[in-house]
Amino acid sequence: MDTGERSARPWLLMSPALTAIAFLLVIPVCFIIVYSFWLRTATGADVGGIHLDNWIEVATDPFYRDILAFTLKIAFITTVLCALLGYVPAYFIAMTRMKHRTLLLILLMLPFWISYIIRTMSWINILGVSGALNSFLVSLGIVGEPLQLLYNEASVILGLVHFLLPFMILNVFVSLEGIDRNLLDASRSLGATDFQSFLEVTLPLSLPGLAAGSLLCFVLAAGTYITPIVLGGPRDAMFANLVFEAIVTQLNWPLGSVLSLVLLVVLGAVVAVYNRFVGIGQIAKSFG
Amino acid sequence: MLKGWSLIRAYTVLVYLFMFLPVAVVVLLSFNSAQFGSFPMEGLSFRWFVALWDNDAIVRAFRVSLLLGALTALISTTLGVLASLALVRYDFPGKTLISTALIAPILVPEVVLAVALLLFLRWLEMPKSFPLLLLGHVIFTLPFVLLVVQARLVSIRRDYEEAAMSLGAGPIQTFFEVTLPLLIPAVFAGMLFAFTISFDDITGTLFWKPGGVETVPTQIFAMLRNSISPEINALGTVMIALTVCLPLFGAAIARRMAANRGG
Repeated sequence: MDTGERSARPWLLMSPALTAIAFLLVIPVCFIIVYSFWLRTATGADVGGIHLDNWIEVATDPFYRDILAFTLKIAFITTVLCALLGYVPAYFIAMTRMKHRTLLLILLMLPFWISYIIRTMSWINILGVSGALNSFLVSLGIVGEPLQLLYNEASVILGLVHFLLPFMILNVFVSLEGIDRNLLDASRSLGATDFQSFLEVTLPLSLPGLAAGSLLCFVLAAGTYITPIVLGGPRDAMFANLVFEAIVTQLNWPLGSVLSLVLLVVLGAVVAVYNRFVGIGQIAKSFG
Repeated sequence: MLKGWSLIRAYTVLVYLFMFLPVAVVVLLSFNSAQFGSFPMEGLSFRWFVALWDNDAIVRAFRVSLLLGALTALISTTLGVLASLALVRYDFPGKTLISTALIAPILVPEVVLAVALLLFLRWLEMPKSFPLLLLGHVIFTLPFVLLVVQARLVSIRRDYEEAAMSLGAGPIQTFFEVTLPLLIPAVFAGMLFAFTISFDDITGTLFWKPGGVETVPTQIFAMLRNSISPEINALGTVMIALTVCLPLFGAAIARRMAANRGG
C-alpha cells in the first residue's frame, strides 16, 4: 500500500464529521459575524453592508451591559456554590472504602440522564406557594401565609446549581481518583497530619478537576436560557433570553447576531484563559 | 479523624438529597389523586398517566422526540465512530486543531449555535423544518459521541488489528471483524448518550422547531406557562423512567453480550 493512500484515509474517515462541523457550525458562525454588521430598517427589511449601528447600540446602551453583568454574576455565584457543595462529595466518593461506592457513582451519573426541564421545574413543586416547603412550614405553624420563594434571583441560582452540580462533582472526582495514593502515604510517613497532607498533596493535585468543573459550570450557567424563564421573575432575564427575544420574537437578526457574538466572545475568552492555564483536555477525562 | 470523616459523609448525604429530593417529589406528586397536584397528597392514583395517554398533543410530542432521538443517535454515532478512528489510529498534520474543532460544539453556548444555524438557513432561504432540527441535534451530540468512542478506542490495542492485517484482511474487513466488535460497548454508549441528549434538549429545539411541532421538553415548557399541574409531573415521571431505564437496560445488554462472547 503506498503512502499516498494511507495519508488520505484519515481524511476520508473524518470527512463526514468535518463536513457537518463546517456547514453546521463554522460557516453559520461566520454568518453571524457578517449579519452583525447588517442593519434592520423600520420596515423590517435587512440592509446588507457594513454598519456599526448594532454594535454601537449594544456597546453604549446600559440595558445590555447590565444584563451581561447580571448574567456573569449569576454564573459566578453558581460556579462558586457548585465548587463548595461539590468538592466534599467528590472527595468522599474517591476516598471511601465503603461497599456502596459504586452505587454512589451510578447515582452521580443519574442526573445527566434526567431531563433538564424536569429537574428545573421540579423546584416549583418544592418552593411554589402550594409546594412542599410551604405546606410543611404552614402545617407546622411556623409561617401563617405561604412564602413567595420562587421567581427571584435566588431561585434561578438554586435551579442552576441543581442542574450543574453533577458536572462539578464528576470532574473533581475524576482528578481525585487519579491521585497516586502512595503520595498520601509518603506525606503521612513524613509526619504530616491528615489535614496537612490534604492541603499540601490532595488539594493541589485535584485543582485541574476543580478548574474543569468550574469552567463547565460557568459556561453552561452563563449561556442558560430556560432556568430564568421557569424559575426567575420578569427582572431575572439573562443574556440568552435577550438573544431569543431579538431573534425569535422581534425578528431583528442583526441585533440578535451582535448579542450572540458578545456572548460567544465573552465565554470564549473564559475558555481561552482556562485553556492557557489548565488545557481543554482535562474536560475529556471525565468521559474515560 | 473519624469525626471529620463522618462530617464528610453527612455532607455527602445532604448533597445527594439536594440532588434527588426534588425529582423524587415530581414522581411522588404524579401519583397524587387530587385535582391540583400539590401537597398535601390526597391519595394514590394513575389518573394523570391515563390523562397523558388521552392527550393527543403529548402523544404526538413523544413520537417526534423518539424519532428525532433515534435518528440523531444513528447519524451522530456513525460520524463519530469514523472520525474517532481517524483521530486515534492515524497521524496527520493539523490533528490538534481538528480534534478541537470537533469538540467545539460543547464549548459554544447552545444559544449561539442555535442562532448561527438558523441564520445560515435563513440566508439559504430554507424554512424551519424537521431535518434542520435533526441536523442541529446531530451537531451538538457529536462531541459527546466522539469523546466516548475515542476513550474506548485508545484502550483497544493495535496489535489485534495488525494481526488481522498481517493475516491478509483488508482495512475494511479488519474494521468490521476486529475493531467494531471490540468497540461495540462504546458505540452503544455513544448512541445512548446522543439519544438522551437529543431527547432532553430544549434550548436549541425552541429555536429550530418549525411551528406546530413540539418535542416532549418543549411541550412541558409550553404547559408550564400556565402553571404546574399533576399532568406535567406525570409526564416528567414518564420521561425520567424512560431516560433512566434506557441506559440501565443498555448496560444489561452490554454485559449479556460480553458474557456470551466470553462463553
